[in-house]
Amino acid sequence: MPGWLRHHKGVVPYLFLLPGGLWLIVFFVVPLLTTASVALQEGSLASGYRLTFNFGIFPEAIGRWDTQLLRSLQYGLIVTVLAMLIGYPMAYTIAFRGGRYKNILLLLVILPFFTSFIIRTISWKFILADQGFLLGTLKEIGLLDQGFRLLATPVAVISGITYNFLPFVVLPLYVALERIDPRLIEAATDLYASRFQAFLRVTLPLSISGVFAASLLSFIPAVGDYLNAELLGSRNETMIGNVIQRLFLVNRDYPEAAALSLILMVGILVSIFFYIRLLRGQELTV
Amino acid sequence: MAHAAPLPDRTRPAGQRVRRAILPAYTGLVVAYLSLPILVMILFGFNDIQGRFNFAWQGFTLEHWGNVFGRYPALNQALINSLTVAVVATVVATTLGTLIGLALTRYEFRGRGPLNLLIFLPIATPEIVLGASLLALFVSVAAPLGLATIIVAHIMFNVSFVVVTVRARIAGFDRHLEEAAMDLGADEWTTFRKITLPLIFPGILAAGLLAFALSIDDFVITQFTAGAQTLTFPLWVYGASRIGVPPQVNVMGTIIFLIAIVGIVLWVYLQRRDMSARPTTLER
Repeated sequence: MPGWLRHHKGVVPYLFLLPGGLWLIVFFVVPLLTTASVALQEGSLASGYRLTFNFGIFPEAIGRWDTQLLRSLQYGLIVTVLAMLIGYPMAYTIAFRGGRYKNILLLLVILPFFTSFIIRTISWKFILADQGFLLGTLKEIGLLDQGFRLLATPVAVISGITYNFLPFVVLPLYVALERIDPRLIEAATDLYASRFQAFLRVTLPLSISGVFAASLLSFIPAVGDYLNAELLGSRNETMIGNVIQRLFLVNRDYPEAAALSLILMVGILVSIFFYIRLLRGQELTV
Repeated sequence: MAHAAPLPDRTRPAGQRVRRAILPAYTGLVVAYLSLPILVMILFGFNDIQGRFNFAWQGFTLEHWGNVFGRYPALNQALINSLTVAVVATVVATTLGTLIGLALTRYEFRGRGPLNLLIFLPIATPEIVLGASLLALFVSVAAPLGLATIIVAHIMFNVSFVVVTVRARIAGFDRHLEEAAMDLGADEWTTFRKITLPLIFPGILAAGLLAFALSIDDFVITQFTAGAQTLTFPLWVYGASRIGVPPQVNVMGTIIFLIAIVGIVLWVYLQRRDMSARPTTLER
């Protein structure tokens, strides 16, 4: 360590922080500010843009795309609840009953991460295709009507998103459940709680931090997703991500796309805020 | 199994045995659900397709494994681009993130709250907003889109994940080990090299692996920051999905999948050997 640093020890942490912190400021904070300024501009790609502080763009964009905004929130909520319902029993089983298979089971949970997100989604398209091997077979043996379809329905989009983010739900739940001392549950049953009561009053409250992390890790990416809606859905399942993507990359309507990005981000932050308050209240009542 | 030496299954009443089997059976079902698309991907790499569509099973062939890198030069280039981006982004993001992690856990300084927020927010922001706002920045400063802008973006979203992973590791270690080294006459740099770095290295490695995995698979942010000319592997596959994904993509996916599995197994094996080789482990 050079001599001058030894005399100014307080500088050291800032030297450590500087490169990474600057990177985040320049490529995360500044872009968000740029987005805000782009949203408030008017003009076109051909004639150029001028900053006119056009705050009217926000209510305008919400009015034009309210269906897609609401649908994204709705899909995000459904996906989060579904992933929690599917993932919690699984995380519970791995944490309390996994024994020596724990690591293998965890590996199986993250297995999808070893293949590309886009290939997995295209695989679902194969699987759910109208005459694919799942529906095709079921139709052939007469279990399903010939006209029955899953692709281009909300079911396909929601199950695709749920699939993609399920591992993000299982892992934090597992971490939280794994930390619980089994003797606490034992104590509850010794004190005449039924197994179900012990779960409700001991296990579930103690795993609430995992529930919180898991729901954020599925809700945030689910609301912003557009790949599943594009590959598995139809025009009736278009989400706000599809709109932003199209406005930005195809139509090049930068102000409206930027406004919608900000609306999406603020919408998610507000949802998180209310969710935290809800969970706080929950903890107090338990 | 459970903590309190469970009764042998034979002695349990039948109803209880069935009830105890519900959760494992359910877990098996979810694992099957998680693996199904992967199996489909592997299987359809062997499909003897006629024409362009790889949707229905038409017979077994090894043809696509033989010419996996021979049919689509653009796909090869896309794969090379993906690897380049992932390697550069991983190295830079792991370095920057580890430095922040060290500062956060080992030093007292002002501005901790805003810093934590700065690290948390990129994780809590949907990818599409990150990608869109970066594009807004690049467009407004007229930066040419390409590999460089993709790498810049990937470093940005990886730094936060690295900080979180490394910090968890550093938080769990015993500062007395460093103090002992210093008491024995080591200077700060020697202590860092001989004590601190080896102890936090598993955390750095885990963070690096996570960064690599996130980067090589990223679609959304890459789509926004790539521009029209540059394609990565996910972008190429996406483009192909409109006209039909060739089975070579399935084969490449399978190869990547196998490499990842072998890597993980090797890593777990090495860690086990490492642990058993040291009777008095410093960890925990």
